[in-house]
Amino acid sequence: MALTAAGGNATAETPVFCLAVEHEHAAGGSTLLGFWIYLMSDCLLFAALFATYGVLGGSYAAGPAPKDVFELPVVAVNTSMLLLSSITYGFAMLATYRGRVGATQGWLVVTALFGAAFVGIELHEFAHMIHVGATPQRSAFLSAFFALVGTHGLHVTVGLIWMATLMLQVGRRGLIPDNVRRLACLSMFWHFLDVIWIGVFTFVYLGGMLR
Amino acid sequence: MSTDATLMKIAFGRLTLQAFPVHQPILVATFAVVALGGVVLLGLISYFRLWGYLWREWFTTIDHKRIGIMYMILGLVMLLRGFADALMMRMQQAVAFGGAQGFLPAHHYDQIFTAHGVIMIFFVAMPFITGLMNFVVPLQIGARDVSFPFLNNFSFWMTTMGALLVMLSLFVGEFARTGWLAYPPLSGIAYSPDVGVDYYIWALQIAGIGTLLSGVNLIATIVKLRAPGMTLMKMPVFTWTALCTNVLIVAAFPILTVTLALLSLDRYVGTNFFTNDLGGNPMMYVNLIWIWGHPEVYILILPIFGVFSEVTATFSGKRLFGYTSMVYATVVITILSYLVWLHHFFTMGSGASVNSFFGITTMIISIPTGAKMFNWLFTLYRGRIRFELPMMWTLAFMLTFVIGGMSGVLLAVPPADFVLHNSLFLVAHFHNVIIGGVVFGAFAGISYWFPKAFGFRLDPFWGKMSFWFWVAGFYLAFMPLYVLGLMGVTRRLRHFEDPTLQVWFVIAEVGAVLILLGIVSSLVQIYLSIRRREALRDRTGDPWGGRTLEWSTASPPPAYNFAFTPVVHDNDAWWDMKHRGFRRPVAAFNAIRMPRNTGAGFILATLSGIFGFAMIWHIWWLAALGLVAVLAAAIAHTFNYQRDFQIPAHEVERTEGERTRLLSAQA
Repeated sequence: MALTAAGGNATAETPVFCLAVEHEHAAGGSTLLGFWIYLMSDCLLFAALFATYGVLGGSYAAGPAPKDVFELPVVAVNTSMLLLSSITYGFAMLATYRGRVGATQGWLVVTALFGAAFVGIELHEFAHMIHVGATPQRSAFLSAFFALVGTHGLHVTVGLIWMATLMLQVGRRGLIPDNVRRLACLSMFWHFLDVIWIGVFTFVYLGGMLR
Repeated sequence: MSTDATLMKIAFGRLTLQAFPVHQPILVATFAVVALGGVVLLGLISYFRLWGYLWREWFTTIDHKRIGIMYMILGLVMLLRGFADALMMRMQQAVAFGGAQGFLPAHHYDQIFTAHGVIMIFFVAMPFITGLMNFVVPLQIGARDVSFPFLNNFSFWMTTMGALLVMLSLFVGEFARTGWLAYPPLSGIAYSPDVGVDYYIWALQIAGIGTLLSGVNLIATIVKLRAPGMTLMKMPVFTWTALCTNVLIVAAFPILTVTLALLSLDRYVGTNFFTNDLGGNPMMYVNLIWIWGHPEVYILILPIFGVFSEVTATFSGKRLFGYTSMVYATVVITILSYLVWLHHFFTMGSGASVNSFFGITTMIISIPTGAKMFNWLFTLYRGRIRFELPMMWTLAFMLTFVIGGMSGVLLAVPPADFVLHNSLFLVAHFHNVIIGGVVFGAFAGISYWFPKAFGFRLDPFWGKMSFWFWVAGFYLAFMPLYVLGLMGVTRRLRHFEDPTLQVWFVIAEVGAVLILLGIVSSLVQIYLSIRRREALRDRTGDPWGGRTLEWSTASPPPAYNFAFTPVVHDNDAWWDMKHRGFRRPVAAFNAIRMPRNTGAGFILATLSGIFGFAMIWHIWWLAALGLVAVLAAAIAHTFNYQRDFQIPAHEVERTEGERTRLLSAQA
């Protein structure tokens, strides 16, 4: 780093104590780090929900158990929706870094469709469970199940709203640095939800079938 | 008639005229005083046409210094409320013996001890430490602002909205009667069907979002915006403690969010997380809330340790003894604070091995804390100690905190805890460390950095009055509680049968009155200091002979903090600059890019407050509207791309020229 003294000469006795030129931090230079830290806090939010499920997940209160209410094929389809949406978001980011607005928007649409399918199938699953009497009120297991899976679904829904907003903003202003940074944040958020879902799938659904 | 009732229910939810406590004289009188004060305040602001000024310069500000000051004002105002609660409890307990029932009905008394705890932790201690960190950290690391200035403003207003909801519960409806952590099943819908717990939940959820975001913000700031040359091990100790505290905030507050969210699901939707039915487990709540709650007490005390480190070094005229060990002690405490939560409920019955584990980890925390204590002592050793106010608070802390720490180690022994659990001994212990630590430290920090924030010192005479009243009052108020606790008196009691206990409660009451005098002295001190600000003026920017970068700039600092970004060569960067011939540059200024003010934070927080209020009172249409409005406002805010503006070089030159003139007049 080239340091120049402002006022006074830098000699052996008096070192350089301030920068003569304005030391610009790139606009939004902390955003990605800040967003990572936020994601870690979100991760702990899920950790607490997982812990709650871990403690209460066996309290069926003579009500339905996982085997009675989970349909693994549906969950498998749903999981593939979310995993595919992560891949397509990856393609959107590749297009973004190449500066291709059309391709970015296109891949975002595909991602959003996969995401919406995921939320739709999940809502369908919830409706089915409630229909057969496996409501969140029925037992602590079901309370913890709906809280954990529902919170994840809520996150995906927020991600979809965010994605729609960003598509609008990219449409209006193109891939300016601000928008690229926002797309990168949403990308981290989206992949993070994927990681959480892998935990949900393994721990809640697969683990539940083994109980 | 019945359609009218249905309509009213749809329009106002549970909110009816009965919610206004017109039959409780204490509340009516309080309301009259608050309303009168409010009307006078609003009238004065309107009379002096200050609304525009307040909105432009303060409410919408993204300047970390002003946000820090607003946090301190919030803490101070809420301290008055929280202390009024404390005084009422002390008065009640001093008189309610045998046939005498005292002046507080149980229904009211239970709200008071809950509100006291909630307010003192969330809306006094938290604003104080967040305010100090906000004000000091960017200055200490040579930055122009925090990483996310808008988020900072938003965080402040969310905290304020939470405080506002708690205050509102005083006059509209009621507050929780559950104790400050609202343990279920008592806080569940079956035993607390009224709005009290809902006020508690939404106030903390809204304030909690603010705290979490300010944690993220300050970590990013410290990691990313340090001046060139300031490596991690050259950071001032206060900044180190701020970093650790914010890591704890980010790691702990999500747990609180989840815990309260699950409690609200139990209350609103009828789930069974913490109920006694259908597999619910109330102890799960107790575990979760303390997994947040124990780190929380270290969130409060760590930055205060930082304040004491700065003060001790400055007023001893010496480099802090054992900088490296101080940093490692802080980091070790940060980690250990996560491994001790179960010591808050040894009586849960988790068995000898689990209790031993948590007992031992708790005792281990006293090792790094002890290391800090010795570091401060060795800093004092052979120093040229100046007994200015911040130093006096520090010395009082060192004595008081050691006593509180030792009673803490005693409580960490599970068999002893089985006897002392939920007793006044515990109450004495945590007041001993929170008042002796956090409160004394906040006052040390306030008197230390006040001249930096406002450009004049606080009046020392009234400061010393406040100091002696507080210290004497603290010992009189809480040492009797140790005695009572050892005699087996449990906490949160409104009435006692045994008349031999009364004398201790009367002594404690006298102590509380002394603390009242201490608080009054502080207010007098602030008032007089503003009146006599010309005599107390600090023109140098370095009134105490400081060691860290915040003292290298003007008091109060200009909006951009530093005309030129400092380059750091030493832990005590400013001390190093002063002693190695630094000459302040007086020409060749550059234009500086700064963030622009925005009202978005205020608007978003207000909408969140409306949403919270509607949820508390089950006014569903308003809640839905509020939520949609929050989302819409947040999205609308992202369409604003013009977040910065340029301070032109000639303006920097004018500001700095003014300072040059002041400094040369001084010389």
